[in-house]
Amino acid sequence: MPAVGTSLARTDGPSKVTGQARYVADMVVPGTLFARTIRSSIPRGRITGVRFELDDGFTVVTAADVPGHNRVALIADDQPCLADGRVEHAEEPIALLAHADRLALARAVVHVAYAPEPACLDPRDSAEMFKRIEIAKGSLEQGFAAADLIVEGEYRTGHQEQLYIEPHGVIATPEDGGITVAGSLQCPYYVHKALCVLLGLPPHRVRVVQTETGGGFGGKEDYPSIIAGHAALLAWKARQPVAVLYDRQEDMAATTKRHPAVIRHRTGLTRDGRLVAMDIDVLLDGGAYTTLSPVVLSRACLHATGAYRCDHVRIRGRVAKTNTPPNGAFRGFGAPQALFAAEVHMDRAAEALGLDPVALRERNLLRPGDTTATGQVLMDDCSAGAVLAEAVHRTDFRARREALRGTSRGIGLALFFHGAGFTGSGETMLASRASLELTPTGVRVLASSTEIGQGTRTALAQIVAEATALDPSAVEVAAADTAIVPDSGPTVASRTCMVVGNILRRCGETLRRRLGSLTPEQYLRRHGPLVVSEQYERPAGLEWDDVTYRGSAYGCYGYGCDVAEVEVDPDTGAVRVIALTAVIDVGRAINPGLVRGQIEGGSAQGVGYAVLEDVVMREGRMANAQLTNYAIPTTLDTPAMDVVLLEHPYAHGPYGAKGVGEIPINGPAPAIVNAIRTTGLDLRDIPATPERVLEASCASR
Amino acid sequence: MRFTLNGRPVDTTAHPMARLLDVVREEFGLTGTKEGCGEGECGACTVLLDGAPVNACLVPVAHAAGHDVVTIEGVPNAETLRETFVEHGGTQCGICTPGLIVAASVIPQGATEHDVREALAGNLCRCTGYQGIYRAIAAAHARSAARAEPGRRE
Repeated sequence: MPAVGTSLARTDGPSKVTGQARYVADMVVPGTLFARTIRSSIPRGRITGVRFELDDGFTVVTAADVPGHNRVALIADDQPCLADGRVEHAEEPIALLAHADRLALARAVVHVAYAPEPACLDPRDSAEMFKRIEIAKGSLEQGFAAADLIVEGEYRTGHQEQLYIEPHGVIATPEDGGITVAGSLQCPYYVHKALCVLLGLPPHRVRVVQTETGGGFGGKEDYPSIIAGHAALLAWKARQPVAVLYDRQEDMAATTKRHPAVIRHRTGLTRDGRLVAMDIDVLLDGGAYTTLSPVVLSRACLHATGAYRCDHVRIRGRVAKTNTPPNGAFRGFGAPQALFAAEVHMDRAAEALGLDPVALRERNLLRPGDTTATGQVLMDDCSAGAVLAEAVHRTDFRARREALRGTSRGIGLALFFHGAGFTGSGETMLASRASLELTPTGVRVLASSTEIGQGTRTALAQIVAEATALDPSAVEVAAADTAIVPDSGPTVASRTCMVVGNILRRCGETLRRRLGSLTPEQYLRRHGPLVVSEQYERPAGLEWDDVTYRGSAYGCYGYGCDVAEVEVDPDTGAVRVIALTAVIDVGRAINPGLVRGQIEGGSAQGVGYAVLEDVVMREGRMANAQLTNYAIPTTLDTPAMDVVLLEHPYAHGPYGAKGVGEIPINGPAPAIVNAIRTTGLDLRDIPATPERVLEASCASR
Repeated sequence: MRFTLNGRPVDTTAHPMARLLDVVREEFGLTGTKEGCGEGECGACTVLLDGAPVNACLVPVAHAAGHDVVTIEGVPNAETLRETFVEHGGTQCGICTPGLIVAASVIPQGATEHDVREALAGNLCRCTGYQGIYRAIAAAHARSAARAEPGRRE
């Protein structure tokens, strides 16, 4: 049986279903100190004094204790690990306490005095931008001159909390003049780099080990660098292990969220529905520090047109600083915001033209040979037409839409895409490495890609089994421990299976040639140890210019089409999502069962984004930082789902695989809002909470 | 205070208001029961108290005195569920899984999908969208039924 294309049971399943899998909170050993973070209660100002009322046994750390550079090393150099004299957002860490007794820690009193300064809480009021982008193709003037009709609209999306069920946590242990940090995280080498900078230590004195991780969704991409820094500073000073374990409230209030967005479209169309000009303005709320915002903006802009061709395009994007907790990575990374706007706008354009929404999309969707806004020529795997056709056929979309007309039910559709892997020249700059080590019974995968629930361990083992012609059970996957594995880049951007998987496929093919007819045991006995390493190689023709934003923005794109059926309660405004069909082109499903799980889970998060998940900010702080009043989908909120996998292989993915982790979250919100639209409600903001639905209902009367 | 934990009598000197969650995890080392929210919303800490699922983060250990507590480590008749959760995508990151298996273990054979949804409405999963969990429970029930009726196949 071939290893690839088979729904093998996940290798970490047995430990997870028995409760034996050990997450960071399960690993606290006797002698470990617990930690508490003292945070800013104001959005902006100077710190005029910090006074501690503490009993014995406390370790206290402030910015003055940082042995290296007090920065969270990521893209820019603007975020302190601990506030030094001033705060730029509420919940900003100011001081750290550690103590053996959690009650003593909770009882400790710390007074922080501030001289508050005016805060900017709305990105539309901000004068400071972390990044601006402009993408231009053709001539807008020429495009609009050819238009019979111009459709305009503004669309807004809110924050969204990743809400992994395991809150953030790390344990730092001082060892041999260095530090080891173990924790719940996605990117061991991001944390490694941040700790070297913060502690002023050489790389070999810092070790980062991922523990079993209870969900990430981007939330554990960049924030672990901060929390690991805090734990390390305390452990460094206390000369003892220190555990920083956030509770849910702290996790929700302090850590990163999806960037809120305000997106404006001005679109020129001919009477028969051809897109002739697209002028798009993207504004993101970055929060108080740069974090990953420039790259999130980049991805938002690169997905802003939707999966459509148009000769005359201008996309202008900016990400604003506000005095709110920094926003960061969340599955989709800018694309869900952009595609929500593009796809709701598309339905409004269809209405304005008196065209059916499927026909308008068929007319304009991307096809092989078309060029994107950046001039990337799409290859044969461009499957926008195929996913749309399958979704329309499978749901009998047009007939169902007619049947529901005039009722409180509606059916809507969204066509979407997602660029897989790092944006632009990102993969080239990462230059990821991965290795295979021969063992007496098979091989061991050495990669820093983390298992966060998506099935990394299983899928990578399947790719290696296929390439080496070994049985999948003969492939071990080493722990994501910087002392053992090379830097394969971060576990983000739908890149693990597609990019790291392909590096491992190449390792596997080399290893298979080296083995020849020998078994691993025979080889080791005859020739000694064997480790095969490979590095990312940029596929030919993949050129990108970071300055002009021209070229191939992504190695490839996945395409998807979602159809949602909803029921709107006219009295309460509550929206129930009844059914969701997701047709997704995944290139090649390495493990169809795991891929299905990604699509179902990502779609459910998209349903939450569309109708439930409302982060309420007051004075720059999350006012509903609790699961009681920030609702994510339960079993009763999640629709029946029909998932269809299409396979249009990507020439440079392992066995044709495209990235799949993020794409499913791009579709549900626009499909659901377009479904609500057919009941007569003109909604342009999400989440479509009952309050917003009733507002739209009043406005439409 | 004495209670029964996974079928064995135990004795604790914990404060009567200590959370049952902390007592099973810290005093008895049963770390399969997870804390996701600490306010009874996520169900990651689901245990059985006299056979009924409860959130161990909301139960003071005094309430367990004299009663029967079962955690993921001791949940009876869950072998089939454990198998089907792995086979059908019922577990991904795994942090909610122990609570879900404990809650699923008391869903009666023959439950409809609607019954299953109602029974699990207090258990949040952020990874699966719940679909794999429904498949796993349906498969477990079918497998148990087939075992109970020799000759019948799934």
